[in-house]
Formats: sequence, structure tokens, C-alpha cells
Amino acid sequence: MSAAYEMIVGLEVHVQLKTRTKAFCRCSTSFGDPPNTNTCPVCLALPGALPVLNERAVELATKAALALGLDVHERSVFARKNYFYPDLPKGYQISQADRPLAERGSLAIGGGRTIGITRIHMEEDAGKSVHDRFPGFTAIDLNRAGVPLIEIVSEPEIRSSAEAGAYLRALREILLYAEVSDCSMEEGSLRVDANVSARPRGETAYRTRTEIKNLNSFSNVERALELEFARHCAVYDAGGSIVQQTMLFDAHKNEVRGARSKEGSHDYRYFPEPDLPPLVLTPAWIQGVRYGLPEFPTARRARYAKDFGLGETDAAVLTATREMGDYFEKVVAASGDAKMAANWVMSEVSASLNESGADIRAFALRPADLGGLIALIKGGALSSTAAKTVFATMLKEGGAAKAIAERDGLLQVGDDSALVAWIDEVWAEHPDEAGRFAAGERKLQGVLVGFVMKKSKGRADPKKVNQLLGARAGT
Amino acid sequence: MTATPESLLAAGAGAIAAAVREGKASATAIVEASFARAAAVDAGPRGLNCILSSDRDASLRAVESALVGGALAGVPVVLKDNIATTTLSTSCGSKILEGYVSPYESAVARKLREAGAILVGKGNMDEFAMGSSTEFSAYGPARNPTDRTRVPGGSSGGSAAAVAAGIVPIAFGSETGGSVRQPAAFCGVVGVKPTYGRISRFGLVAFASSLDNIGVFGRTVDDAARAMEAVSGDDTRDDATSAPLAAPALRTDSRDLAGLVIGKPREYFPASLSAAMRAHCDRAIDALRARGAEIRDVSLPHTDLALPVYYIIAPAECSANLARFDGVRYGLRVEGDGLRGMYEATRSKGFGAEVTRRILLGTYVLSAGYYDAYYRKAQDVRALIANDFTRVWASGVHALFTPTTAAPAFTIGAISDPYEMYLCDLFTVAANLAEIPAISIPIGRIGGLPVGGQVIAPRFGEAAMFRVSYALEAELGGAAHA
Amino acid sequence: MAEISRDDVRHIAGLARIGVPEDRLDALVGELNGILAHMEVLQRVDSAGAAAAEDAERTGMPLQPDQGPSVKLERPVAAIAPRTHALDGAPMPSVIDGFILVPRLATHEDAGDES
Repeated sequence: MSAAYEMIVGLEVHVQLKTRTKAFCRCSTSFGDPPNTNTCPVCLALPGALPVLNERAVELATKAALALGLDVHERSVFARKNYFYPDLPKGYQISQADRPLAERGSLAIGGGRTIGITRIHMEEDAGKSVHDRFPGFTAIDLNRAGVPLIEIVSEPEIRSSAEAGAYLRALREILLYAEVSDCSMEEGSLRVDANVSARPRGETAYRTRTEIKNLNSFSNVERALELEFARHCAVYDAGGSIVQQTMLFDAHKNEVRGARSKEGSHDYRYFPEPDLPPLVLTPAWIQGVRYGLPEFPTARRARYAKDFGLGETDAAVLTATREMGDYFEKVVAASGDAKMAANWVMSEVSASLNESGADIRAFALRPADLGGLIALIKGGALSSTAAKTVFATMLKEGGAAKAIAERDGLLQVGDDSALVAWIDEVWAEHPDEAGRFAAGERKLQGVLVGFVMKKSKGRADPKKVNQLLGARAGT
Repeated sequence: MTATPESLLAAGAGAIAAAVREGKASATAIVEASFARAAAVDAGPRGLNCILSSDRDASLRAVESALVGGALAGVPVVLKDNIATTTLSTSCGSKILEGYVSPYESAVARKLREAGAILVGKGNMDEFAMGSSTEFSAYGPARNPTDRTRVPGGSSGGSAAAVAAGIVPIAFGSETGGSVRQPAAFCGVVGVKPTYGRISRFGLVAFASSLDNIGVFGRTVDDAARAMEAVSGDDTRDDATSAPLAAPALRTDSRDLAGLVIGKPREYFPASLSAAMRAHCDRAIDALRARGAEIRDVSLPHTDLALPVYYIIAPAECSANLARFDGVRYGLRVEGDGLRGMYEATRSKGFGAEVTRRILLGTYVLSAGYYDAYYRKAQDVRALIANDFTRVWASGVHALFTPTTAAPAFTIGAISDPYEMYLCDLFTVAANLAEIPAISIPIGRIGGLPVGGQVIAPRFGEAAMFRVSYALEAELGGAAHA
Repeated sequence: MAEISRDDVRHIAGLARIGVPEDRLDALVGELNGILAHMEVLQRVDSAGAAAAEDAERTGMPLQPDQGPSVKLERPVAAIAPRTHALDGAPMPSVIDGFILVPRLATHEDAGDES
């Protein structure tokens, strides 16, 4: 059934901007404070209060728009979206309608696919409604009312639930890289409304779409889209038609059901916000924001492949977060060896972070410290095994790699005379193997190296030992 | 001979402030005199009812902590009841805010306090500033001090009457379509509408955001100038529509208008204008000529569109501005059937008929299917109206002179048709649409009732407007009140 | 332009959340149509694009830095909130534990319902 139809998906993503204060007043945006304590006349909508726009909100919104390749309009206009709800104190939301901040961008979601982004506009968040705390009442907390949001609207170009998931993950990655938002669906700083419709394959016109709300994870988005798409297909198969409505996803029951009994869209009676003159951004200012953009994952991965010779998988791991990549690059700079740096970051560092649950920004080893350790290995002063021990000690106690290795007697011995002395001892202690090796049995080299290593308690530099032994080999 | 508090009160804000600053008068005594005057005229069945709330003890306490050095030191003032103050209520003349005391202070109230002025009362007004007579107040109409059977005008009727009755030398109101100039004309006092953005709207309960202005009343042009200077100035921190300009210097000793060109727009002198009004205007124009101004006939061709434009834009904006009065966070809450029932019961009980009409009208002109034909259209025509003025200024005209209203104050209860009431704003509304300053000053009496003449100036041209007004007031002298 | 009907007034009153008693409807229809009749004159005016041209002249919006403090409330939310009634009818404040209480929405999904 479903295979005969094509899934058409458009996503509207609301993202809370990481500002210290709200969009239109200077109340704190901090999360989790006692209800209605981060409020003032403006966000309480007291009589006579007026909105004044937060500069940083504009900056972050512009950053997001540039990061996603949109054209940022030099003039954009705020508008009132009018409706009644107890967590919307003014009885209207200040948003943007006909003249949004930015339009026409795109997002690469992998697999060669790119999804168009129609627009990004700025708006304010509503407060929170709690329905079950006081029987018979809904409890309103306006701490969140007025927090700045951007709404990112995709073109209806997504063609599967997997693509929807990929879009959301790619979007989140870029917004995190740009430090525009915490992008946490659990905390509510990223919210998704999904629009879905179905049409028989080959048909080009769009059919009626329904909107799914109440989605609280990317996997739930994918699941809900599958369910609702299946419903559309079943309706069409039965000869019926889809009624435009809002659907709610129930994660517990794993079902999608209609939110309201009546169809019909809202009449928001949008008109330009008379309390706010047009937002005017100079080209110079926009350029300034553009310069402040970080290198984004796609570009970064390409650079790692080109400059460091890293493969796709490794590059992906190292660019999973901006901080991881930042750390890795500093280790490269400190150690002079990209491949080794990559290995160490992906294995030892990641393992340690996973175990402690810490963030790389709080990792005990500075990039310079790790770089120093790697440099020791490169120079032959530490064997890989010894280095791991030193690493663990550095984590526990702090300190520089060289000092710890010296103190704990882990420095590799690369001094020729010391090595020759050990080799001589082994020659004396194992005359049979020595003799046969000297006579030409090259395969005994490993055994002899092993004897030297044991004698030196692992401190001999195996490369050098091999070299020196090789010189004693017969022809 | 030391002036008595009563005589100082009558002498005006300038005299009071100077005397208090110099230690020659006691602010306490002046405030007491103000309360005594209010007691004499405001209460009772035939009282003016121009003050909605006052607190003598609080005012006297304010005197103690007031700054003696301010520009308005010791001056008692009345603020219209839609201007937020932390003492006294801010009911906006409505039941929906009965007893509401604002937990924050408007920019205007703060600036007045910083200038040393003393708040002695909140002025009665048409509910939410919608009206032209103060008859739409939920707390009873205010009366015209000149003739108590007549309206003081509106919507800032209480503030105008308080000045006319000598309770305070200066008062503050708000203008959206003429709500300061029209009551000023009806009550025989000076009333000023500033350039939009000149005075912060922070704390002014919004009626129509793109048209609202704080306005000032005074018995003389000089007192009105002092009041304007005290409350004007950049407030972009709390009002994004505030002009980032310092308070203008408006007081001047110049009474000479040589070099000034004053326009007489023919659309403001229609054939229907009464002979009596025309005569007063002609006398005022002669006075301007006598002071050296050149008078020129001009035309503002889109004038007749101003009222229809206003009565689309203002209700549209008010329908959104009054959505916050929902019974949830403050004000009246009337329970009904569930949440929606609460909204509907609260708002139907809390709003009067005129406010309800305007909210419905505004909702309609913004609604799907009607937005382009009404609201969008009105904004386009508004630009044409503003452009009429711009063209006149560009032609070398520095100010305009017109009547403020077509007729003096009408009897309480005389007008019941909504649109007939709107016609009171005929000559005032265009200045709000064009965001330009205008002032009404007394130019005479018709049948013993005051009438006003209006001077209109370009955006941020208050200095020129006051220069013309000072000269006109001086030249007319006693004739202004005859 | 079309005239407003009784149904229109009911609909707008619903959008505006103002209860209009049935016996007031006819009077309101008359009053509103009377006012709207005066707006007809605007339809005859050629004004296309005038607002946009004027708007282009405007200087931009002043912005504020991302830092507090916000305007201080002299009295807290609980002090300005209206009073309400408990389910048993007893009067009570509408702010409890810092939350502002309103009658519970019938089903919270219906809350934004406009029609």
C-alpha cells in the first residue's frame, strides 16, 4: 500500500536562542527557576509595557540564517500573531510574517541530498501551562514567555522518515557548531512540528497535509511520520480523503491521533507590530556576523581529509562536536602528528570521557599536555604501551608527560650504548639463538628483541633494538 | 509681599517652581491648596468628577522626599488615569482595571518625580482613551468647569478640567486622535500633542500604538512648554518607538514671527464652519500677521479621508492591545464556563459599549478576507495624508493654523450616535496620522464657552510651534478668553 | 463592501473573546455597519504602495544589549493577580506556589482553538 505512495514532509523547527535575557525585555532566560520569578511588566504584559528587541537575539538569529545559507534581509518587519491562550500574556505573539529575517537556504543531509529551507524568522516563546498540578485548574508559569526563538521552515522536500531524522540531526549539528542554541529536545530548546502528506508516485501536485505536534525526540519524529503517512495511504486506498488537521503523537501508545474535533485554520489576523520599527541590518554588520561563523562540519571534514589525510569515518568522529574538533586540532598543533593525534583522541580520550561522562571542554588533559605526550612517542622516548600508563597517571595526578615518565622510569631507552650493553648481555645469555641469528636465521630477530625488552623491563626502544640487532645479522 | 499658596497655584508651574526652589514658598502648602481646590469643585452630584483617585497623605509624603531643585519643584500635577503610577490606581476609566495599582512607574511619572513635581490625582477619562467627551468613563462623566452641564471633551477630559478649574497648573493626558487638543479647546486651556516618539510611551496604557502620544495641558503656553520639556527625551531603553533625541528647549522670550510662513489649509475652513468660529479664527490669524507672520493659503487634499483611516487603524491596533485584559494576571476576573467562559464573561462585563464596538470593529478589519481592503488600504491612505503635510512643509510653510474643533463643548448626553461622536476629532486626527506635533490654544468664546485654535508643525518642529503659540497668546491677550 | 451580518458579529466576538448577549446583536450589527459605511470612501482612493514607500524612509529599530536588570516590579505577581474560586466555591487567590491559576482547559490540545 504505502509503497505506491510518496511521502512528502516539511519540518518547522523552533529553536531557543542562547541569550542571557529575553527577546523583548531584560529578564533572565535561565531555566528551572521558581515559577513567575523571571518576569517583568513587559513579559507579564502589564498595561503600558512595551517590547524592546535584544541585540544578541538578532545576532544569533542572523548567525543561524547565514550558517544555513539563507539570504538575510536588510529590512525585516515584526508582526503580531493574535490568539488567546493563558500562557500568551499579551493575547498576541510578536513574530514575523510577510517580511521575515531570512529566506532561501539549504541543508545537506548526507547521501548527496540537500533540503531547501524556506525561511527563518524571529519570534518570542510563550510561557508554560501545567495541566495536572492543581485539579480543575491549569497553572501558568511565564518564565519562558518572551524567550527568543527562531522558526526554521523547510521546503516540503523531505521524502522519508529517515531523511527527516537526518535533516534534524544535520540542523542540530550546525546550530550547535554556531553556538546559537543548546538544541535540546528534552529541555525544550528545540521543538519540531512535522507536516506530512502522501501522493501516488508519479503525481506532481501536493495533496492535503496534516501537522503533527507533541514530538519530543528525533526518533519519535521519524516514528510519527511513518504512522501518519501510513494513515494517509490507508485513507486514500479506501477511497477517502485527508482532512487538514493537527495531530498529536502519543509516545506511550505509539499512535498519532487528531487534536481537535473541528477542522479549520486559525485566523491570526497578522499585522505589522506598531511598537517595533522595521529591523534594519547593514551589509557591514551582516558581514561581521558572517566572519564570526565557525568552520562547519562539512567543510571541516573536508579539510581534515585534505590536510591530515584522515578517512571519512575518523573525520566524522572527530567533528561530531565543534569542541571535539577544536581539541583535536590543538593536539595536532602541539604534537606535530595528525594521525597519532587522531588515534589518541578517538581512543584513549574518548574512552576516558565516556567513562567519566565529562565534556571534552572539561577534560583534564589540555591539548598541549596530550600533544607533549604524543611528541615523546614520536621522538622515541616512550613506547606506546608506556605512553598509555603515563596518560592514565596524567589524568589522575596532572603533570607533564616527560616529568612523569622520568619519575616512574618509563622513558624509553634509546641510547645506543645502553642498548648495546643489553644486547651483549642477551648474546651472552642466549648463545644458541644468538648464534643461529648471526648465522642468518632472521626469524629469530623477534625472539631476541623480546629478550632485550624483557631485560630492559620494557624500556628499550624496540625500533632501535631492531636496528642494532639487524646490524649483527649475518648475511 | 509673599504670594499665598493659592495665588501661586493660580500663577502657574513656572512661578511655583521658582518660589519653591528659592525657598520662598512651601511645597506642602501649595499641595494643600491644590487639594482644597479639588475638594471645592470636584466632588458631589454637580462636581467636576475630573479626579478618579487621589491620596492626600501620600502626596504630602511625596513632598517630603521630593527634590527641591527640580524644574517643576513643588508643582502639583494630575496624570490621566491611563498613565501608570505606583501610587494611586491606573484604571483607564474602565471596570476591567478597577482598583488596579500598577507595580511599575511610567517614564512620564518617573520624569515628573525627578523634576520635583507632586502627583495629586489621576484624571478621569473615556474608557481606554476611546471617546471625545469623557462620557464613556465607567466612573461617571467629568464636567466642563465653564459650564457643568457640558462635557469637558475627551478622552483626557479629567486632566483638562483639572487645569481649567485651577486644581493643578499642569496636567498630562494622552492623544490618539485629538484627546488632548479637543478637551483643551473645550475647557479653555492649552493642550499639546508632541511629535510621535518625542515623549516615551512606556507606561502609557496602549490604545492604538502607532497613534498614541502623551500630551500636556497648561493654563499658559509657557507652563505647557515647561511640562513638555520635563517629560520629553530619549527613552529607547524602554520604548523602541522613542526618538533618540534629547528633550527640546521650547521656552522662548521671542514673541516675534517675522520670517515665518503660516499656512491656512482650506479643508479646515469648510463652508459649514460657523460664522462665530470663523470670526475667532480670523482674529487669531490677524494676530499672527500682526506679529510678522506671512499667512498663506494651502491645501491638504486628503483631509476628508483622515477620519475613515483613523477609524480603521485605531480600532485594529486597539483590538490587539486590549487582548491582554483577559482576567488572568491582573484586573477584573469574572468566572464563566471554563477558560473560554472566563475570557468572555470578564471582557463583556469589564468593557463598556464603545470599547466593545472598537474591539469588534478592529477585529473585523484585521480578519481574514478583510485585511487588504480595510487595514492595508488605510495604512496606504495614511501615507497619503502624511504626505500632504510633507509637501506643504517643503513648499516653504513653517506651521499651519486651523480651528481645533468645529464647535464648543456640547451638552452631556447630547451625542448618542457613535460616528457623530467621532466627528469631534475632525480637525485633530490628521496630526496623529502624520505623527506631527500640534497645539490648541484658547482663541475666544462662543456663547460663553471656550474655543481653541490649533497650530500644527512639522515632525520635531515643536520649537517653531511654541514660538507661534507664544506670539499668538501674547497678541490675543485677554481676547483669548472673551 | 459586504455588510456585516449577525453571524459575522458572533464570529468576531468569538475571535475577540467578548461575550455578546443575543439581545445586543442586532444593535451591534447596526452600529458597526453604520461606522463601516463611512469607510467606503477609501475604496475610491488610488493609494497603492504609498505605505511601503513611506516605510522605506524609516530608520531602523533601536536594540538593547543582552543584559539585565529588567524593569523591577514594586509588588510581586501574587499581589496584583485577581482572586478566583476553588472548586467548592470558596474564594481563593489565583497565585499558588508561584503559579498563576486559570480554569483548566477542557482538553489542553483544544486550547488554541479559534473558531
